[in-house]
Amino acid sequence: MSRLNSYRELEHLRLRLQEQRKNITTTVMVCGGTGCRASNSQAVIDAVRKELSSQGLDQSVRLCVTGCHGFCEQGPVIIIEPGNIFYCHVTPEDAFEIVYQTVMKGKVIERLLYEDPGSGERFKTESEIPFYKAQDRQILSQNRLVDPCSIEDYIVAGGYSALTRVLNGITPEGIVKEITASGLRGRGGGGFPSGRKWSQCLEAPGEEKYVICNADEGDPGAYMDRSVLEGNPHLILEGMMIGARAIGANKGYVYVRNEYPLAVKHSQIAVEQARELGLLGENILGSSFSFDVDIARGGGAFVCGESTALMASIEGKVGEPRPKDVHTVVDGLYHKPTTLNNVETWANVPAIILNGSSWFASRGTKKSKGTKILSLTGRIKNTGLVEVAMGTSIREVVFDIGGGAIDGRPIKAVQTGGPSGGCLPVDKFDLAIDFDALSEAGSMVGSGGMVVMDEETCMVDVAKYFLSFLQDESCGKCLPCRVGVDRMLEIITDITEGRGRPEQLDLLEELGETISQTALCGLGKTAPNPVLSTLRYFRSEYEAHIKEKRCPAGVCKALITYSIDAEKCNGCGVCIRACVHGAITGEKKQVPVIDTQLCQKCGICRSECKFDAIQVI
Amino acid sequence: MPPQTLDTILEGRRSQPSQLIEALQDVQQNYGYISQEAIKSLSQGLGVPLMEVYSVASFYKAFRLKPAGKHVLTMCTGTACHVRGSRLLLDYAISQLGVKPGEVTPDGLFSIEHVNCLGACALGPIVSENGSYYHHMTPAKLRKLIATLSRQETGGDNDV
Repeated sequence: MSRLNSYRELEHLRLRLQEQRKNITTTVMVCGGTGCRASNSQAVIDAVRKELSSQGLDQSVRLCVTGCHGFCEQGPVIIIEPGNIFYCHVTPEDAFEIVYQTVMKGKVIERLLYEDPGSGERFKTESEIPFYKAQDRQILSQNRLVDPCSIEDYIVAGGYSALTRVLNGITPEGIVKEITASGLRGRGGGGFPSGRKWSQCLEAPGEEKYVICNADEGDPGAYMDRSVLEGNPHLILEGMMIGARAIGANKGYVYVRNEYPLAVKHSQIAVEQARELGLLGENILGSSFSFDVDIARGGGAFVCGESTALMASIEGKVGEPRPKDVHTVVDGLYHKPTTLNNVETWANVPAIILNGSSWFASRGTKKSKGTKILSLTGRIKNTGLVEVAMGTSIREVVFDIGGGAIDGRPIKAVQTGGPSGGCLPVDKFDLAIDFDALSEAGSMVGSGGMVVMDEETCMVDVAKYFLSFLQDESCGKCLPCRVGVDRMLEIITDITEGRGRPEQLDLLEELGETISQTALCGLGKTAPNPVLSTLRYFRSEYEAHIKEKRCPAGVCKALITYSIDAEKCNGCGVCIRACVHGAITGEKKQVPVIDTQLCQKCGICRSECKFDAIQVI
Repeated sequence: MPPQTLDTILEGRRSQPSQLIEALQDVQQNYGYISQEAIKSLSQGLGVPLMEVYSVASFYKAFRLKPAGKHVLTMCTGTACHVRGSRLLLDYAISQLGVKPGEVTPDGLFSIEHVNCLGACALGPIVSENGSYYHHMTPAKLRKLIATLSRQETGGDNDV
């Protein structure tokens, strides 16, 4: 495709592409996101493509390999339009039937429909499925419209219209005003008002300025940024272009985790395509605006999610944060004024420009506007990516969308906000997803991770997990984080291994508060949160570990023993053969015995036993 | 795709210290690890002191300073995988293969790594073997995976 030299040429291209697609009667959307790829969706894609071509349907049916649809647990997922038919757990062997029955004859294949694990009811369309029905998918729903590797798809779907509008008569001050009025707050964790950030950067003196997209989603257990960047990279680029126009930047960076190979690849392709069409480069669409983007691959350091550390990393240096006496909007990348927002924040920008700030602000609570994407995972029925209006309660997300507990085990808590957030107990589930409400309760919205925990999750172990994560990831620059987190981990390890003393709980609290007051960067300041929040809401579990030397959830290895439930065991002997430590012995058709001296509690026998006969006490 | 040489990796990046991490990523991708030779060559090519190249290469988790095993088993230890038992998988791999994360088995076949999140949280616990994802893993499934990979290797030897 040739370079577009004016807004009119972009509109002509859009009309031409729409015209070309007029004859398409059916679209088959197969998810090619990381989750579905892990469930072998590539083989499904190949099989459907082959089948379409052998039936001579290449011209009238569009096969669209899309980004993440969100319902990863059900992958590989296919949606067929018209009809909004939703098929899950599709295998390559199903391709013939899908093409022959559904695409050609419009018949629905019952066995591929989603079945509600609770009621057993089957749903024909995507929009009827409870997981989707209760959501408000403003950003995620765009993923299904486009092949992330096709700029044409994005343009047909109305892409780059917000950029045209901005270049066609909105002043930089006007853009900033619109973003400020929308009430958009940073989706990366801090919840800082984006409009204020942009406005400070616009006012900061200097010719050279930068915009950065933070796609270094280091929060373990969260993957919304991966899915948005991987599934709709042009949306992020368009957001960044508008931001660059607003603050007066000519250069931008997408800093993306190298652990997300597909996101790296798709954003690189998107940048190349945008350059080819002249949407990046000199005099974009014939205007005076020039802007280009480079992709910087992250080195796998959690601390690089912190803005100053991230900027050091783009400069090719060790990613250590620095004190923010002067904010990065004034003194950022290469000491120039820099606006850094995360993927989801940028993704919201084009729609705010197109639909207006009041449209955006119509959703949400008083101080948290718009929608939020959450990564709903852990011990719950429906795991996946969820987008809801701010203000939705945790209960609605966990039970209405997530479908509640697996295997009937009661849900105990939800962890929000990753290593900087905290664990909230069930009696706090009426709290709204709102930046301020969750912070007051001792947790945070963070980037949107929501890990559900049930009775088989030990809260002390969760706290220990986050501490070891943070100790491992601490960059080591400031003492409170480097040494303080280490000491906290020592204490918690003592507790989980049966050496805990009652007075250590107060010491943990005191240490935690000291770290949060004295650490250098935001990640250090929030590092004690997982411990402080579990101490606040689940103190009894700590006490059981210390006083009774017992792990109520059956997780902490030093405090549990494995045994065999004679009532459930049928003497099949699978565990005897499975145990690599030779700890299980017994005769055929008899209940075997576990030698507790030899048993390493590795869990192999538990996962091999089909009768759930291995008990943990 | 034939591996890029250090010279090709440095092309267009010479005397640009800010390209250090990008160059290291390419070295790692092409050679599997960052050798002493690569560190020296990047230092000269980009104009970054040797000490700084080493400091950056050792700071970031993504870079390996020693060669990896033929099969790299990467355990995801993100929160979602953790609450579904990924710790048991890591413990099992360590005890079965007799090496710690970051080390290689004496026969050079396996190395164990752990990563904070692979971004497929809904399908956890995840184990990746040279980039292919295995989802909903259990210690029993991991045992079978390691056994299958080992068998492939010994079978391959017989063919030779």
